[in-house]
Amino acid sequence: MSAIATQLSPAAGLPKWLAPLLLIAFAYVVVPLIGNSYLFEAILLPFLALSLAGVGLNILTGYAGQVSLGSAAFMAAGAFAAYNFNLRVEGLPLAASITLSGLVAAAVGIVFGLPSLRLKGFYLAVSTLAAQFFVQWALTKFNWFSNDSASGVIDAPKLSIGGFEFDGAVGRYLFALTVVAVLTFLAHRLVTSQTGRNFIAIRDNETAARIIGIPVLKTKLLAFAISSFIIGVAGVIWAFAYLRTVEPAGFDLDRSFQILFIIIIGGLASIRGAFLGAALIVVFPLVLSRLGGFLLGDLFDSGVLDMSQRIVLGALIILFLILEPDGLVALWDRVRRRLSLAWQSS
Amino acid sequence: MPISNHAFGAVEASVYAPEIFAQGLPAAQLQDHGDRLRQPTAEDAAPLLDLEGIGLSFGGVVALADVDLSVRPGEIRAIIGPNGAGKSSLINVISGVYRADRGHVRLDGARYAQVPTQRLARLGVARTFQNLALFKGLSVLDNVGSGLAYRTRSNFAEQILGIGRTRREQQQQRGRADQVLEFLHLTDVRDRLAGTLPYGLQKRVELARALVAEPRLLLLDEPMAGMTAGEKSEMAAYVRAARDRFATTVVLIEHDVGVVMGLSDRVAVLDYGRKIADGTPDEVRNDQRVIDAYLGVASDNEDGAGI
Repeated sequence: MSAIATQLSPAAGLPKWLAPLLLIAFAYVVVPLIGNSYLFEAILLPFLALSLAGVGLNILTGYAGQVSLGSAAFMAAGAFAAYNFNLRVEGLPLAASITLSGLVAAAVGIVFGLPSLRLKGFYLAVSTLAAQFFVQWALTKFNWFSNDSASGVIDAPKLSIGGFEFDGAVGRYLFALTVVAVLTFLAHRLVTSQTGRNFIAIRDNETAARIIGIPVLKTKLLAFAISSFIIGVAGVIWAFAYLRTVEPAGFDLDRSFQILFIIIIGGLASIRGAFLGAALIVVFPLVLSRLGGFLLGDLFDSGVLDMSQRIVLGALIILFLILEPDGLVALWDRVRRRLSLAWQSS
Repeated sequence: MPISNHAFGAVEASVYAPEIFAQGLPAAQLQDHGDRLRQPTAEDAAPLLDLEGIGLSFGGVVALADVDLSVRPGEIRAIIGPNGAGKSSLINVISGVYRADRGHVRLDGARYAQVPTQRLARLGVARTFQNLALFKGLSVLDNVGSGLAYRTRSNFAEQILGIGRTRREQQQQRGRADQVLEFLHLTDVRDRLAGTLPYGLQKRVELARALVAEPRLLLLDEPMAGMTAGEKSEMAAYVRAARDRFATTVVLIEHDVGVVMGLSDRVAVLDYGRKIADGTPDEVRNDQRVIDAYLGVASDNEDGAGI
């Protein structure tokens, strides 16, 4: 996808909405034609789910400045809520159960966002760990959530909206793409609205924000609610469209960190950053395993792969924090500027 | 320094009416308005802000002891004093950031033990901070516009969908912010991120953010700290112009005695948390206790130590 956008970059004078629109058109029309099931199952579906989770966390952490390590818990809340709505409410349309599960995740987010009214930064991050451990514990402990399934692993239902079945890899990809596109658009509208500016104001200077009359407590909880809503829906996509199963173990602390890394690498307070970061996080292990297998042959088994993944990813994060604290987005913009300068001068 | 603006207390209602702000009544016209009404009300207008026996201590350290201060509508009231005299504490008490241990703040007739910070903007009070408190990630325009955020009625859903009052609110906010930017000659940097501006301009943007809500009381915590002499006099001119145009009452804290004396209508001097003098700049300048406590040591302090 990046190749497409690079070709578009010299046309800097075009309206802002053109590039995203072309990208979406490409994703809807061209990708289903050229993609194989490996591309959808292993790359695009996790990419879309993690991107959306990144967008959600970015609203909370990037824009409103509230650090959270509980993203996976909100994903789990969304996924299990959707599963249970689907199971227990007869004839509930998929769109409604997704919205409702988002609201459940938002409610969980508000509860675990309450400490943010008193805690800041590092201390808040630690307190959001409580969400991570509590939700995972509750989902494992109470079998009702997984409909008394012995293993705790449950199958996701078929995806259909308005009689239209999203079957197979391409169908699920289109379903995920639609949800992600809609929510990303709404998130973009949010962060450029007065509420979004209030988020930034609280992040940049909480005392000043309070003095000029921004309702700080309400706005913080709103950030938690909206962020958790989006992350919850990302959890639904992760479980229903990507994995096709729902289990608590899939939403562990590692996942929370993964989403945090996505927005740090991609760029804080940037919607595009979440997508760039997610692309890197999803594609990077695949590239590494191919590369490792190619260079080292049989020596490069799954143990070595896992270890080298962690090492390289860790190094990458440190490098990013030092060299490009604004993330891939800043890098991307610089490259684009260079290219368009070169284009004009040639 | 004309003191004509004391009169504005009597005509508050009309002067603060939003239409006047929106139309940008020329300063000259305001001036006439004031002169006409000056005679009957100048000295005996009810104080807009009244501090009664304010006491504040942190642990064993007394920051403020029994401080009284009265601010008339429309005046520029300076509070000066050496480092650690309690000036910033006083501003923080007035704006509700600190709660006074003793005493009360009387704001426009209402008495508070602690001024409600969250409602400060609605009460018509705005302030700036000693250390810059801009929102670095927002543009200059959005920073200034955020000074009106407390008037937003639309909720986030309306804003996302762009329905209802959102558009009108947005336009009003932008329009007023643009007027204030023009007034303070900041239009050129309107779309830049506030964090990327030089220090002096950031200070001015902060003044703009405080002014955009047309506050009745403007608290300036060292508005000229760290500025060059040229920037200081420029800032002093802006403060005076703001008072004249928006009929705002100004309470300001400042280190630079020279600038303060030229700018203020009345000056209060703090030393070790106590008020040691209060009067017109001339009275204060000739007060022996002030000379001993503050002005007298100014020459030892020329290298800027402690400022």
